[in-house]
Amino acid sequence: MLYYLLRRLLMAVPVMFLIALIVFLLLRLTPGDPAQAIAGDQASPEQIAAIRDSLGLDAPLTTQFTTWIGNMLHGDFGNSLISQRPVLEMIGQRIGPTLALATVAMILTVIISLPLGVAAARRHGGLVDRLVMSLSVLGFSVPIFVIGYVLIGIFAVHLKWFPVQGYKPLSDGIWPFLHRIFLPGLALSSIYIALVSRMTRAAMLEVLREDYIRTARAKGLSERVVLFRHALRNAAIPILTVVGTGFAMMISGVVVTETVFNVPGLGRLVVDAVLARDYPLIQAIILLTAGTYVVINLLIDVSYALTDPRIRYQ
Amino acid sequence: MADHTTAAPPVLSIRDLRVSTCGREPVEILKGVGFDIAPGETVCLVGESGSGKSVTSLVTMDLLPQGELCATSGSVKLNGEEILTATPARTKTLRGSDMAMIFQEPMTALNPVLKIGLQMDEVYRAHRRMSPAERRQAALEVFASVHLPDPPRIYDSYPHQLSGGQRQRVMIAMALALKPRLLIADEPTTALDVTTQKQILTLIRELQEQQNTAVLFITHDMGVVADIADRVCVMRHGEMVESGTVEEVLSRPTQLYTQALLRAVPSLTPRKPRPEVTGTPAIEVNALEKVFQIGSLAGQLMGRAPHRVHAVNRVSFRLAQGRTLGIVGESGSGKSTVARCVLRLEDPSAGEIRIDGQDIARLRAGKALASARRRVQMVFQDPNRSLNPRLRIAESMIEGPLNLGESRASALGRAGELIEVVGLPRTSLQRFPHQFSGGQRQRIAIARALMMDPEVIVADEAVSALDVSVQAQVLELLADLQAKRNLAILFITHDLRVAAQICDEVMVMRRGAVVEHGPAAEVLAHPRHDYTRSLIAAAPGRDWDFAAGRRLEVLT
Repeated sequence: MLYYLLRRLLMAVPVMFLIALIVFLLLRLTPGDPAQAIAGDQASPEQIAAIRDSLGLDAPLTTQFTTWIGNMLHGDFGNSLISQRPVLEMIGQRIGPTLALATVAMILTVIISLPLGVAAARRHGGLVDRLVMSLSVLGFSVPIFVIGYVLIGIFAVHLKWFPVQGYKPLSDGIWPFLHRIFLPGLALSSIYIALVSRMTRAAMLEVLREDYIRTARAKGLSERVVLFRHALRNAAIPILTVVGTGFAMMISGVVVTETVFNVPGLGRLVVDAVLARDYPLIQAIILLTAGTYVVINLLIDVSYALTDPRIRYQ
Repeated sequence: MADHTTAAPPVLSIRDLRVSTCGREPVEILKGVGFDIAPGETVCLVGESGSGKSVTSLVTMDLLPQGELCATSGSVKLNGEEILTATPARTKTLRGSDMAMIFQEPMTALNPVLKIGLQMDEVYRAHRRMSPAERRQAALEVFASVHLPDPPRIYDSYPHQLSGGQRQRVMIAMALALKPRLLIADEPTTALDVTTQKQILTLIRELQEQQNTAVLFITHDMGVVADIADRVCVMRHGEMVESGTVEEVLSRPTQLYTQALLRAVPSLTPRKPRPEVTGTPAIEVNALEKVFQIGSLAGQLMGRAPHRVHAVNRVSFRLAQGRTLGIVGESGSGKSTVARCVLRLEDPSAGEIRIDGQDIARLRAGKALASARRRVQMVFQDPNRSLNPRLRIAESMIEGPLNLGESRASALGRAGELIEVVGLPRTSLQRFPHQFSGGQRQRIAIARALMMDPEVIVADEAVSALDVSVQAQVLELLADLQAKRNLAILFITHDLRVAAQICDEVMVMRRGAVVEHGPAAEVLAHPRHDYTRSLIAAAPGRDWDFAAGRRLEVLT
């Protein structure tokens, strides 16, 4: 297992390098000039040229690329073209809220959608099943900002249970943190609740047909034990896959939710960076995202082996 | 055998039981079934697939699939208590403690992701108040009583770490842990090798005698019936056709259906040998070897020796046209690997495979191999899975010839002829596999093999998944085709009865090697090797002559 983990992490190196190369080239191919953006509309061509020169944007692409990679190997991801601050520091400030939002959303997803999916599968075609299926269609089709504003309207404006907007880090105390992150977390999780409960239902329907479920019933076990101990664990693999990749997608930026609830997360940083053509920042964020995917995929594979003893990696 | 004259009240008493499908147009599945089982008695429910045997057992356990089947009338009494009207909570309590069940497929009947110990523990936790230490101790004792080796190791294992026979022992241990009055065994040995089957049957009998359990044994195998039943109930299309003691039903069957069922059981006595044929053999295999290596390239680079399995070890045989060679052996003996090598579905590690004189063992993929493959065609075990469910029969049949360049029109023409040769109407070509029964599908699979105009047919357990009466028809079809087309047939089976009936020669394999090889009459009637003898000894019902309807003096 350890050997397997090491090998998978080593395999990530060429993957990351390729991603770095593609990001670098793509950014240079897209129209728009950072120097122009920094200098503003009124700048003369000479001023823009000076800015380009000072930013190193005149150097050949190969030189720019090798300098960038070389610096990164020393832990220097460069400075933002706009704010001149190190990009790592900027990302560091923003990653906390995003991570917190994603974690809360995923926990809510799992807590809500697993019982829903199991209940729907237990009485296939029954009332609960049809209700869950209709709700999941709703979760898929209503845009997230609509869900966000509806939640704000009901729970913040009308009932005044939660603040309308804003974010407090966990270091300010658990209550203020949860109080502010719950609504955005719920809004963000809506689509994943729809997805995961459908997935759970489908996987459970498959598993409930298996012989060992009949064996479990023949032993006189209670329905709860049959469903949750015997069936759910066997249905876990597709569920783990969706939960894992969903989490990775959330970390790589949840622009709409962050905007609606005014959470200072990564998603809004990305949008700002792209609009300003802030190359070093965009590159670093995309690399970070890719790295997250590699690690989370690895964790998903490890979780397979933990839930199903027949899966062994070497 | 139990004594039937005792007036002990029956453990299970079923009267006029009727079961239908739920929904607007109910179809009756069970049409008034009834029988009793006394303590210590074994009642065999016999019948072909679809006869309602399993439904009877599921009603008794109150495990009918919800919303699909419902009992409409009649009564099922366990120790005098009505099951049909009992609450779900009550039947849940009875299940596992007063009545228990063993299922057909030990490979899938245990939960693959939970340890054996936990699955055993649940039985005690659901029905008894015991401390964890007591439960563990009780489980280990039951494991020992079903003769599982090293109970603590079994307790900490996952199902996939045990063999099929061991898993079935675990199932029996779970079923008998709380000493139920009634044990229902639904084809518990059908998926096992003959020697394992023999051990499991002996074990059930042994535990039954110790605990005076009533056993409802469901099987389609008349040999098993002859070995274990006290009384027999024959079922067909949801009706009880005939019932009586085992001697009555097997020796003096009154119903035509029972007589036909018994006639269809192949005899263990080999058929008369056919004259030998001289000339070039259709297929000749010399010193065939197949070694599987398990281990990654990276592991090898790091100096780890790969795990090697010698699946086939220096196997040689010749098979002339128009003759049948049977390869018999238990699972893991390498018989299917030989078949896969002959078809080049596996690449042999060493040795020669000559088809009509040409060695195909070393042919590389491409044209040469494709034309060699045409000459050897396979019929697989499970016709439910060997035909693509999304393709019409015509498409499945002409795929091979089209691949070899035949025109669509001419391939379709031949498909039409061949489907009639195997006894199905020409209109079958436009239908899909699910519209046929198992026997019909196997006929289609044979027709598909014949489309390639092969010289050799490899039949890998081709009739094992079929009911006996259907089995007899398919074997007849194969024999007929063999005579008309001068086919060489390589017949792989674990069933010595089938081998005795259709093979000219028999080759017995164990752990990849041939232990005995000779004319069928010689090998099966006068086995030389101990292993062959133990295989024959384990064949169920071998002391019963089904043709004559009487018990034989056991040969030693």
